[in-house]
Amino acid sequence: MSLRVGIDIGSTTVKVVVLSEQDKLLFRSYERHFSKTRERAMETLASIRDLLAGQEIKVTITGSAGLGVADAAGIDFVQEVYATAAAVNTYIPDTDAVIELGGEDAKIIFFGGALEERMNGSCAGGTGAFIDQMATLMNVSVSELDELSLKHEKIYPIASRCGVFAKSDIQPILNQGGRKEDVAASIFQAVVDQTVAGLTQGRELKGKIVFLGGPLHFLMGLRQRFVETLKLDGDHAVFPEDGDCFAAMGAALCATDYAPVPFDTVLKKLEDSANTATVVDTMPPLFTGREEYEAFLERHNSTGGPGLLPINGYNGDAYLGIDAGSTTTKIVLITSEGDLLYQYYHSNQGNPVAIVLEQLKDIYGLCSLPHDNHIVIKGAAVTGYGEDLIKNAFSCDLGLVETMAHYKAAAFFDPEVDFIIDIGGQDMKCFKIRNGAVDSIMLNEACSSGCGSFIETFAKALGYEIEDFAKLGLFTQKPVNLGSRCTVFMNSSVKQAQKDGASVEDISAGLSISIVKNAIYKVIRAASADDLGRHIVVQGGTFYNDAVLRAFEQEIGREVTRPDIAGSMGAFGAALAARDLHLEKSALLSREALEHFTHTAKPATCGLCTNHCSLTVNSFDGGRRFVSGNRCSRPLGEEPSRLPDLMRYKYAKLRSLHGKGSGDGSRGKIGIPFGLNMYENLPFWFELFTQLNFEVVLSHESSRKLYLKGQRTIPSDTVCYPAKLLHGHVEALVEVGVDAIFYPCMPYNFDEGAGDNNYNCPVVAYYPELLAANVPDLKQVRYLYPYFGLHRPRDMERKAGEWFFNEFHIPRQETAAAVKAAYIAYNAYKNDLRNTGRIYIDRARAEGRPILVVCGRPYHMDPEINHGINDLITSYGFVLVTEDAVAYLEDKAPRHVLNQWTYHARMYNAARYVCAQPDMEVIQLVSFGCGIDAITGDEMRSILETGGKLYTQLKIDDISNLGAVKIRIRSLMAAIEARKEK
Amino acid sequence: MAKLVYDDTGRLLFTKEMKEEYTLLMPQMLPVHFGMMKKLLECEGYKVDMLTTNHRGIVDEGLKYVHNDTCYPALLVIGQLIDAVKHGGYDPHKVGLLITQTGGGCRASNYIHLLRKALEKADMAYIPVVSVNLSGLEKNPGFGLSLPFIRKAVYAMMYGDIIVNVANQVRPYEVEAGAADAMIDRWSQRLVDGFQAGKGMSRRQMRANFDEICFDFAAIPVEGEPKIRVGVVGEIYVKFAPLGNNNLEKFLLSEGVEPVVPGLTDFIIFKIYNRVADVELYGGKWIKKAGCSLFMKYIEACQRDMIAALEHSGRFRAPGTFRELHSLVHGYLGDGNKMGEGWLLTAEMLELIHSGTNSIVCTQPFGCLPNHIVGKGMIRKLKDDYPYSNIVAIDYDPGATRINQENRIKLMLANAKGLARQEPARPREESQRTRELEPQLAHANI
Repeated sequence: MSLRVGIDIGSTTVKVVVLSEQDKLLFRSYERHFSKTRERAMETLASIRDLLAGQEIKVTITGSAGLGVADAAGIDFVQEVYATAAAVNTYIPDTDAVIELGGEDAKIIFFGGALEERMNGSCAGGTGAFIDQMATLMNVSVSELDELSLKHEKIYPIASRCGVFAKSDIQPILNQGGRKEDVAASIFQAVVDQTVAGLTQGRELKGKIVFLGGPLHFLMGLRQRFVETLKLDGDHAVFPEDGDCFAAMGAALCATDYAPVPFDTVLKKLEDSANTATVVDTMPPLFTGREEYEAFLERHNSTGGPGLLPINGYNGDAYLGIDAGSTTTKIVLITSEGDLLYQYYHSNQGNPVAIVLEQLKDIYGLCSLPHDNHIVIKGAAVTGYGEDLIKNAFSCDLGLVETMAHYKAAAFFDPEVDFIIDIGGQDMKCFKIRNGAVDSIMLNEACSSGCGSFIETFAKALGYEIEDFAKLGLFTQKPVNLGSRCTVFMNSSVKQAQKDGASVEDISAGLSISIVKNAIYKVIRAASADDLGRHIVVQGGTFYNDAVLRAFEQEIGREVTRPDIAGSMGAFGAALAARDLHLEKSALLSREALEHFTHTAKPATCGLCTNHCSLTVNSFDGGRRFVSGNRCSRPLGEEPSRLPDLMRYKYAKLRSLHGKGSGDGSRGKIGIPFGLNMYENLPFWFELFTQLNFEVVLSHESSRKLYLKGQRTIPSDTVCYPAKLLHGHVEALVEVGVDAIFYPCMPYNFDEGAGDNNYNCPVVAYYPELLAANVPDLKQVRYLYPYFGLHRPRDMERKAGEWFFNEFHIPRQETAAAVKAAYIAYNAYKNDLRNTGRIYIDRARAEGRPILVVCGRPYHMDPEINHGINDLITSYGFVLVTEDAVAYLEDKAPRHVLNQWTYHARMYNAARYVCAQPDMEVIQLVSFGCGIDAITGDEMRSILETGGKLYTQLKIDDISNLGAVKIRIRSLMAAIEARKEK
Repeated sequence: MAKLVYDDTGRLLFTKEMKEEYTLLMPQMLPVHFGMMKKLLECEGYKVDMLTTNHRGIVDEGLKYVHNDTCYPALLVIGQLIDAVKHGGYDPHKVGLLITQTGGGCRASNYIHLLRKALEKADMAYIPVVSVNLSGLEKNPGFGLSLPFIRKAVYAMMYGDIIVNVANQVRPYEVEAGAADAMIDRWSQRLVDGFQAGKGMSRRQMRANFDEICFDFAAIPVEGEPKIRVGVVGEIYVKFAPLGNNNLEKFLLSEGVEPVVPGLTDFIIFKIYNRVADVELYGGKWIKKAGCSLFMKYIEACQRDMIAALEHSGRFRAPGTFRELHSLVHGYLGDGNKMGEGWLLTAEMLELIHSGTNSIVCTQPFGCLPNHIVGKGMIRKLKDDYPYSNIVAIDYDPGATRINQENRIKLMLANAKGLARQEPARPREESQRTRELEPQLAHANI
């Protein structure tokens, strides 16, 4: 028998093993390939020529990037999960399950019974690569991240679905002073949760579990999180010595079945294949040549801007602007004319406070150099993610929302500016300017954060510095088309391009173009340049990248302005705003005060309400404190302001619907899961069941804990969070102990006559059936999920009569009477909401407060789903009513979309109503993954914009980061202000 | 040039004048079925072009004009239509767009509105959009589906299903590559010619044609051992359209397996049945129920003819009837589960498993709402009930790469081969052999 060779080419590494006839490992290697997959594999093989030369070997290739190599070289391919299973079968035969994490894939294999193998779907991306990205974000190496994690005290909840989500969770924690140790462990926990939730899909992980793949091989902290989460002991958690090479070993084992080939032939095949380039989907080049590039540079370098004054020659007033961005901190000091005295742009390295402290000391030093100049800082303003923290730490005069800061800065360059796009490290902001006010804001949703740091991470993964990497793409003649989706998808697009033989230059240019396409088509949703505007100012550090700038101009077919301080525009705008305060004296900490400045940050969890906000308590010298992460003022020791809030009112009202009601409860306990359609229909069902003498037991209020309880039974990880919560709700009901759980399927909703039909969305309609098929605990209880149609009251009496007779032997007449009463109760509930809404609106008007109409689904009132957005809104001084409180005031009108869902018809009508009310604005809540809101969102925007209103959409998911929400609400407020001033 | 006429809601109508002057562009979903449909429309006096384009530009146009979070089929169909108008060499003022409209709680019912929005965005709002539906939505003076036409369309669909069915059973084994496809072309042409001459449109003639089709396809020379069969189910567009599923069938063939793709007939019956079920579940007019039941019975009878022909052929596997499918899904999903592919999708998976096709690719657009429930949502239960079922759910969307999809399908295929070995001989002998060997795991770096 010949020696067997297994080659595993993953997304980031190449593993090669040689097995003896006794399955003994003779050679192993594990190396990063920096996208040079074929070359790497070839070099490794060549390095063991001594061992194999002249022999016949059996070889197969495996791995996510191995398919292309195998095809091109004509070497047999084995799917990697299958190969891994073969290796585990051979070396650790009594295994029950395998968890393998690779560079970009996560896999689970279940043994016992029929073999079951699963990989993460195309969305769940990010494992090894995700950890790399997070390490980059925190400015540590992966092994440092690992060490940090072992010293954690606390785990923050971090979205576990997709890397990009996690990023936007981590960023605020870092910026608000969370401990790196805790964040590191939380990142690993997120990987664990993602793997468990995304891949087990209802099958329990138990018995002896083998952990494989690079990350699990090298990262002790990650191992620890897995072992703790799955509650494994030493005998049941196996980390094999060669766990990083198991797929390659499996490939070698699988090679047994194939014909032997002379080693030199294999090497030759690989060599030859390295030279065959396959067809790649390419795009036109960025520049046809040097000349064009020179002209381009010339044009952009001549953009007028603030002058640069030497700080030691200046004498007079100065204004400080700080932009505490998500990954970088920008600081400028300007004169009253806007000339720059000082400029600073640096990665904040996870601790913006330390950076600002150091900079302020430097600036104070420069301001009082031993010449006879004298600079007085007359105002200091701060903007950006870390605004609150920095403002409190250094006692700045003003904190302003980023959009306003950017607008101020852009208007300095082009007073007629009508469109601003800012692509920063982590986020993308675009907004239109209409009548001198920020008009419509588009932020990248958590899912499409393909921004600056994204190219940076790629550059690093491919072994380049970002500056060099970006320049690589400028002159390639065939940039590769990578699509315009989120980072995770981009990873696999790059993988595909690599497989197809695209060069690093092609990929670099492709990535720059992708960022631009992502911005234009996904974030801005523009069809043409005119959709954007005539005077476009581009800014943000990412636009320093000439390839991105060029791609942007090419894509919209228009020349734009890139200020030479593109990366510091937020800070510059803040400085201008500080100047415009016209203060006599700035409150900024003095030079002396900075000498004894101290800062410590401690994590805490607020227990004052069900939101359980993750707080960070920042303590400064002299007992000054700043608490962040809170949604209301209660953890600060103040009673929160309680402006009228119809969401809160509705929620309390629904939660009170449990118990025996007007009946005696003699027919037993009916459990009702408090989710999805129940947020609308509960008043109906409660009355129906209590009239029939059942006792109604509601499931607990939603919480993250409840979600985690049911997480492992969720079959589709891309469904919306409100639906996912139901798994926990029904499991909790089973635990409480009820005689039956009632959760009806409802394709149809109440017919309110406002649309062409009265559907629910498919998920709301049929989720009860999904639960029956996926939640094993439901087998322990009587679970009733019949189809009912509340839109036909007369038929409902009959249908319910039949059903209750069949299930509970209740006489039909009794049910018919109860159904009648239930309709009355539901109508009473609806009328009460409308009346209360009217009272709230009247009160707002009497007190002169603006009114926000929050449009969404009824279940968006669940505090775990909206993450306390309602509290945030009222804390800004708005009175909050929901869409159903005003929708009924409008009749049905033709729409540009098929208006067939009851909840959506309400939103359209509410938006139409608001258009005629000067003191009302709309915010639409959209659950991430809600496909239907892709349709309603556009329609809502068009209704509101036609009516002269602003459209603000808030996307919400299981993450509780309200950063983006705050930006939108504050920008909305700023725009309302600006409009008032007109 | 035809005048632009609008109805009272402001919808641009397709006028009689346009029927004379305009070319109607229609997307393609099932090459054989839609090909015959095109020819039928031409017999009615329309100028029709079926779009068979398949390149990246389609997705780019779609991304540009359709909300990116909208389902992938909408993006593709609309992207394809707009790409054709812009780059297909047509006079944009001389084309109309044909699109099917189903109605129902799935967002797919909004395609036609999304198409109109896209046209507006592309400054082409003067292009009329014609809805093809059986619900009486959106009437146009220049376009109507007469009863005889509908009957022909139903027949075309039945013929399409049987041809695709037998071709799929021949293609993986054909001695001469392309023989099955050549036979498809011959038969579709022959059938349409027949339609034009008024032939093939009675039950009796259809039965005869069914037999002949089976005979002709059975006569194609084949060779080789039976291959592993892999079922394809899913959201209707990505299930059938090569543009939507990255040429899935071709890929499966190249992997050496036999694709089994349940046909369109059940879907049509399913959509009619839903109206009956609605009345049964929630109440409603008996006349509606009776009318739909009648129509349904007629198509079911045609389906039984088709099954009979396949069974008599002695060569081909026949699918089950609609009623058999329906009975399988009991205990999984209720009759009211009708949005998108509804319970039918799960029923098709069950039928495949029952007929020995344990390996299944369940296709869906990324984030497809009904498929959360009826596709991905049912796989766990299927696996529990049928441990040897081997189902992989594949998401399609503009950003999903083929390599990712193919790698997952390859995993499923590797599983299929492993299961095929595991199933007949249990407990496995190999595992005993490996257990006797000392598990060896050592570093031997050279």
